[in-house]
Amino acid sequence: MKKIILSINTILVSFLLVTSSWAAVHEKTLENGLKVIVKEDHRAPVATAQVWYKVGSASEYGGITGVSHVLEHMMFKGTPKYPVGEFSEILASIGARDNAFTSRDFTAYYQLFDVSKLKTSFELESDRMAQLNLDESEFIKELEVVKEERRLRTEDNPNALTYEQFNATAYNSSPYHNPVIGWMNDLDNMKVTDLRDWYQQWYTPNNATLVVVGDVNSEQVFALAEKYYGALPSRDVKQLKARLEPKQVGERRVEIKAVAKLPYMIIGYKVPSLKTVEDTREAYALSILSGILDGGRSSRLSKNLVREQEVAASAGAGYDLYSARSNMFLFDGTPNAENTLEELEQAIYQEIEKLQNELVSERELKRVKAQTVASEVYQQDSVQRQAYIIGSLETVELGWQTMNEYADNIQKITAEDVRAVAKKYLVNDTKTVAILTPLERKSFGAKQ
Amino acid sequence: MIKTTMLIRSAILFFVLSISSTVYALPEINAWTTDNGIKVLHVNSPELPMVDIALTFDAGSARDNELAGLSAMMHGLLDKGTGKLDADDVASRFEDVGAQFSASVDLDRSSVMLRSLSNEEFFNDALTMFISVVSKPSFPERDFDREKKRLLISLEDIDQRPSDIVGRKFFELLYQQHPYAQPRSGTKQSANKITLKDIKKFHKSYLVTTNSILAIVGDVSEQQAQDIANKISESLPKGKAQEKIALVKSSLETKQHIDFPSQQSHVRMGQIGVERGNPDYFNLYVGNHILGGGGFTSRLVKEVRSKRGLSYSVYSYFLPYEQAGPFMLGLQTRSDQVTEAIQVCNQVLADFIENGPTQEELALSKQNIMNGFPLRIDSNRDILGYLSLIGYYNLPLTYLDDFNKNIENVSLEDVKKAFRKQLDLDTFVTVVVGSEQKPEEDA
Repeated sequence: MKKIILSINTILVSFLLVTSSWAAVHEKTLENGLKVIVKEDHRAPVATAQVWYKVGSASEYGGITGVSHVLEHMMFKGTPKYPVGEFSEILASIGARDNAFTSRDFTAYYQLFDVSKLKTSFELESDRMAQLNLDESEFIKELEVVKEERRLRTEDNPNALTYEQFNATAYNSSPYHNPVIGWMNDLDNMKVTDLRDWYQQWYTPNNATLVVVGDVNSEQVFALAEKYYGALPSRDVKQLKARLEPKQVGERRVEIKAVAKLPYMIIGYKVPSLKTVEDTREAYALSILSGILDGGRSSRLSKNLVREQEVAASAGAGYDLYSARSNMFLFDGTPNAENTLEELEQAIYQEIEKLQNELVSERELKRVKAQTVASEVYQQDSVQRQAYIIGSLETVELGWQTMNEYADNIQKITAEDVRAVAKKYLVNDTKTVAILTPLERKSFGAKQ
Repeated sequence: MIKTTMLIRSAILFFVLSISSTVYALPEINAWTTDNGIKVLHVNSPELPMVDIALTFDAGSARDNELAGLSAMMHGLLDKGTGKLDADDVASRFEDVGAQFSASVDLDRSSVMLRSLSNEEFFNDALTMFISVVSKPSFPERDFDREKKRLLISLEDIDQRPSDIVGRKFFELLYQQHPYAQPRSGTKQSANKITLKDIKKFHKSYLVTTNSILAIVGDVSEQQAQDIANKISESLPKGKAQEKIALVKSSLETKQHIDFPSQQSHVRMGQIGVERGNPDYFNLYVGNHILGGGGFTSRLVKEVRSKRGLSYSVYSYFLPYEQAGPFMLGLQTRSDQVTEAIQVCNQVLADFIENGPTQEELALSKQNIMNGFPLRIDSNRDILGYLSLIGYYNLPLTYLDDFNKNIENVSLEDVKKAFRKQLDLDTFVTVVVGSEQKPEEDA
């Protein structure tokens, strides 16, 4: 058994080289600054086209939180050439699946379609890059839809409320302080002019990346991109103020009381991302650390907290390697019925202390590395997933090449590296803890 | 609006040309039955060095009887030990080679799945472990006790989500005494009654080769697939076929409101729909695409969301099972608007049942479904899902080849007839979960 484990990484790495060699990535920047990235994948006669804008909730400031996301909704509400409704009808007629998403660091739009329909996708997507109507009556209706979305996702979801308060407590100056969907009162006060300004400021080809993955020829995609996007004028994009998070010195705690049945907690430690870290090795070590703690059922939180100590009904850990700004290394969990949040919290700290005092085992390290390499293969089963990784890496300006270096960089991380980042970053002074205290109501789920 | 119609018309012309000239490369399905009785469906897809396996049993929650949640709990316990290996060992054996083991349960079927790299050394380790946990789980008592407690906690979690409460109540009212009425993950009452003996008995009776389907997709030849199928097949008893799931009685008009302290009210309405293989299936599928299945071009989204801003999500669908599955419609809206939202839905439904779609709507939906066909089978995971579906419900092996033709054949009259036959607002079950007061922010 031992021998097999030792040989895994070398075999896996050579494996990966085989798979990535046929899937080369091509890039070209048009004169107006639009970056076009193509990954050919000829497994099925389909393709995805995605446009990624370098704007998200982290670009927003007080009073207009949520504007990036509302604008994302309004992008489906018509242009002079394709009045409201036509965009969706045309895409429906070609059998495309389409949607959009907004995060802290980006806003992205995608279509997935039979590859012969690529032209239609480019035609529609390039049109709304510069010609959006932003009609007031459509805006007023759509704002109500967004408020319903906020009620659904946040107001009526106690864990999501906890996460929102957690971020608002942990981040002072960093715009990660604000929820992506925006504060309800900012939505209440939003005006169509806020969206028009936002659209003018950010929706320009030199602030966007077009990613195409699928059964395409890269040269043909570049030519088509030139035809549909090449003539769009570019505008200067205003540089945002840095708004760096001041150094946190001292633990922060926040309690959220909400109608709920189960207690819940989130613990976060301030950490750099791959983008902001000085020594990139640290970011990859943090990534491995999250795999040691929460990478499948054999990882430590499942094994120790859920199965062995039985203190947690569920427990997780996570780290966003590719965020544009420094973020947090997160833990979250719900205690078992016989246990308290305090006991769960202490159990998590014990796991952290072990990581700071002892080296992780060779077997654990190899397991995380094997999973990393395997998931690199698995994610190629989806053109959407591949395009997502390229788009997000480009948008935070790490470059799509980071994707190809990822597995190699992970392989280089040692047990010492993992212990070092646990010691350096998982420290009380940069910690924030959010606790959800359930409020019972008489009527809760009982009376009919 | 005129411009819209023009544009669609021209798109239709283009569409007719493109469809007749497009031949999609369909996956070549190899099908056979092992000596021990497992029906195997295999597609060789060598481009990526990976393998997906799904082993499907006639062991869905409809087999739970009075112990709702039994099947789901049994499947969740499979990887908690086998032979001398405990849950930690099992998890490591899979994850050390980058493999993923999972199990899922729906009303009719249960599936255990393995995703692995195809490299022989890793795959063989993963397959050995897969066979071992599926055929010889040890069901340790301690793991059983713990997983039961965790199940009870997850049921508490369901109780704090109006979206889950509304779905459970809808099935309960719709299916009454039928096994489909029971929630897959059980209830607090039923979970407390389940014993380790029940778990073992369920495993023994239902994880058998008779009526089970093995789907294999990925970098494996037909010969290799046969070896895999034989190994899996030999590890399981033949067992016996289960009794057919009882026929479903038609629903009775019911309206229920459950008070819940949320800002939004969640609505689920519908009635008994159709079973798999129903001759009207494609007529209903296309019709519902126009009604509430086709996203932004569907009538429900246009009326409820786009025109009135009442809901972030609104949809409808038929979900066919071995016996008649539900037709359902769902939305969620600020509690003071819920009456209006339900009224709008009822109007849309009544009009659709009465008058059916327009010719333009029908053409657009057919185009959407047919042109979108390649997206249904563009990944190994998608193909695996279709193989399991085809195998389990005895659909023709040419199901995918015939798919677009079946859509193309649907006429306006077919849709009208099928909807009039199937849907009757007088038998609708409507459940609302939410607060009867105005939300606090407006108070």
